[in-house]
Amino acid sequence: MTTTDMTPVTKGGDGPELNRRRRVYKPNTRYVPILATLFLLIVMYSSGVANFRNFEDPSVIVNLFRDNAVLLVVAVGMTFVILTGGIDLSVGAVISLTTVLTATLLKGGWPPLVVLPAVLLLGALIGAGQGAVIHFFKVEPFIATLAGLFLARGLALFINQQSIPIRDALWKSLSETRFPLADGVVTKPIAVVAVVVVLIAAAVLAWTRFGRNVYAIGGNADSALLMGLPVGRTRIAVYTLSGFCAALGGVLFSINSTSGWALQGNGMELDAIAACVIGGVLLTGGSGFVWGTLLGVLVTGLIRTIINFQGDLNAAWARIIIGVLLFAFIVMQRLVTRKAK
Amino acid sequence: MGEQSPVLEMTGIRKVFPGVVALDGVDFRLFPGEVHALMGENGAGKSTLIKTLTGVYEIDGGDIKLGGRPVRISGPLQAQQAGVSTVYQEVNLCTNLSVAENIFIGREPRRFGKIQWGKMRQRAAELLARLDLDLDVSAPLSSFSLAIQQMVAIARAIDVDARVLILDEPTSSLDSAEVEQLFRVMRRLKESGVAILFVSHFLDQIYEISDRLTILRNGRLISEHRIEELSQVQLVEKMIGKELAALEDLEDKAQSNRERAAEAKPVLEAKGLGRAGAIAPYDLTIHEGEVVGLAGLLGSGRTELARLLFGADKADSGEVLVDGKRINLRDPQVAMKHRIAFSSENRRTEGIIGELSVRENIILALQAARGWTRPIPRKKQDEIVDKYIKALQIRPADPERPVRNLSGGNQQKVLLARWLITEPRLLIIDEPTRGIDVGAKAEIQRLVAELSDGGMAVLFVSAELEEVLRLSHKIAVLRDRRLVEELENTADVDADRIMQTIASGATS
Repeated sequence: MTTTDMTPVTKGGDGPELNRRRRVYKPNTRYVPILATLFLLIVMYSSGVANFRNFEDPSVIVNLFRDNAVLLVVAVGMTFVILTGGIDLSVGAVISLTTVLTATLLKGGWPPLVVLPAVLLLGALIGAGQGAVIHFFKVEPFIATLAGLFLARGLALFINQQSIPIRDALWKSLSETRFPLADGVVTKPIAVVAVVVVLIAAAVLAWTRFGRNVYAIGGNADSALLMGLPVGRTRIAVYTLSGFCAALGGVLFSINSTSGWALQGNGMELDAIAACVIGGVLLTGGSGFVWGTLLGVLVTGLIRTIINFQGDLNAAWARIIIGVLLFAFIVMQRLVTRKAK
Repeated sequence: MGEQSPVLEMTGIRKVFPGVVALDGVDFRLFPGEVHALMGENGAGKSTLIKTLTGVYEIDGGDIKLGGRPVRISGPLQAQQAGVSTVYQEVNLCTNLSVAENIFIGREPRRFGKIQWGKMRQRAAELLARLDLDLDVSAPLSSFSLAIQQMVAIARAIDVDARVLILDEPTSSLDSAEVEQLFRVMRRLKESGVAILFVSHFLDQIYEISDRLTILRNGRLISEHRIEELSQVQLVEKMIGKELAALEDLEDKAQSNRERAAEAKPVLEAKGLGRAGAIAPYDLTIHEGEVVGLAGLLGSGRTELARLLFGADKADSGEVLVDGKRINLRDPQVAMKHRIAFSSENRRTEGIIGELSVRENIILALQAARGWTRPIPRKKQDEIVDKYIKALQIRPADPERPVRNLSGGNQQKVLLARWLITEPRLLIIDEPTRGIDVGAKAEIQRLVAELSDGGMAVLFVSAELEEVLRLSHKIAVLRDRRLVEELENTADVDADRIMQTIASGATS
């Protein structure tokens, strides 16, 4: 060896001391936005309970999942996309295309167990196509998915501009089934599907290489590439996932309303983005959780519930409040990330 | 050390880019358990050599042997697999992820597809302990200093069983305590038999950590030494080299003008001007008709000093006086209003717009100074441009030719012409002669001398010491981002005298 002429390195010198000095406890800023949302949700719920009769009924919360099942599923897909630093504007249009296509195919006598996978596959394919355009041609996600929005909405309108009723037995039974949860509390299959989607997504993000790659790309795509991560594959996968979630949202929509209409899901992409932001998912990517998105969806849902309970309030107030909340949360994200730097 | 066999042996490495021989038969060896510094000025071929080793470039000739076996390195991934890992100056990690993830991402321990977080954190902590680091591995990387981030990058690199670790300017943005910490890690790795290739512009650091060094100049191997065989002055001499003095008469001229220049009134004075991390606060006065040369190695803060005077970077201390009056130099437009011109060292990226014609490039700054609402009449444009094409002997003398088709030297002249037509009182030129041929160099030097004769103040920044000596009335010497000495360019000042200052930092 060559170490004979080297002075031995003293162990336990000032080295560890220097490190210890750096190891100051810092509250993990990643959790600040999600905790803020949780706090907001609790405040809103408590004020609802204090002000309105029957607000404490557990079905108020359970119904939140039922009424926002579609938004929840779509927002989960959106979360993956935003975590990579992208955006998917096409999801609302994919919902409407799915409902119209589902209704048309079922009306045409296609077996429901063929229609279901077919429309889900179509959604995934639209997403994969957008992802491929974004990755291979280095197109801004905003532009690529805007094109997807027009394409899907246009196709839906081309197929049928009218609302098409669904009379299929499976769809009907899925729409009418109720699962009893507790005394007097029931829920629908679509809510169960939405909750399952949230659980799967949370597990994928936390515990799989794919999930961690999503965070890495959102943090620094160039570094991710240099670290040997499959950036292109992952990026295409998140848009595929988002397209799939949008199609699944469309199926849930068609079950809930037992109809298909080309104007359904209009603007849903913006609701989904809003839910993500309120839930603390950073629009620049790399930071956020599916749990946050869940809370974001519940907050927007609870605003509508409160306005319903109030009775004489204009429904437009829901949008106004969501707008104010968005501003507040975006500013908070800025402050938190700036402090982190 | 000589009896041992090298872990890496590069012989006769040749790399040719269109028109340039970047590496010409370079030999380089690396022994296990040593820190080996690769030295050379800008354009010497350091980074090209490193890139042939990391697989970014493929070599055009020569052999690379790793552990005695010949290898062909065809890409970064393949280099890593062969045991060559690189940590770059800018840390290529994801700061939003935890320390443990940054070390293991892409190689996470898994069971049934599920990442084993506990195992990953434990292994990360063990790995960092080998580097004498005790960190909270589940904290996001962004909560640690740049030095720690760099060491996490090293931890990631050595986990792939690196035999050769390349550290490319790892210390350039670290403070001295952080550098010490990095060095401790490097010594640790050295002990365990890793061969480290170290690149730094800080000579003191080189002498503190390295066992041997290899010097390159102009793509050729100059020599390889054990560190104790070579003094800092000898090292600087070997890096810079001595150029044949092609224009002795210019030097005489500069000497004769010196008297007059010193008596002239100051155009610009900088007092305690500085910017944290770029250049320590400095004082500098430039008089009418005076050429002030900036000497120092690459990374010593030459460009940073010049940029502050132009307002291209904002100073965080000190003040600038023009004609004795304090000005608020908040951006380059203010500087231009006070007739300060800055010709950038990166003529391709910051100066010349290749798609535009010679005429359009020349007119650019004057038009900007007039404001875009008052276009310069075409006839006037042609007049001005013709005059400067003749005066500077820009070739080909065709004002409508796209600038990208001109040679480097002529592009530089176009850039100079652009600033000259604004009739500046102070011209700052950063590396005007880099990468251009000897003839064009001489012409640009002649031009600078003429301009100062005409009363223009010039701040001349150049890596070439001979050139600075030849042209300047006054020379400011920089070292480690500090202006260490300012001296009149009298007859007894020569390259050795300046190298002494660059190497030692002390003013005699």
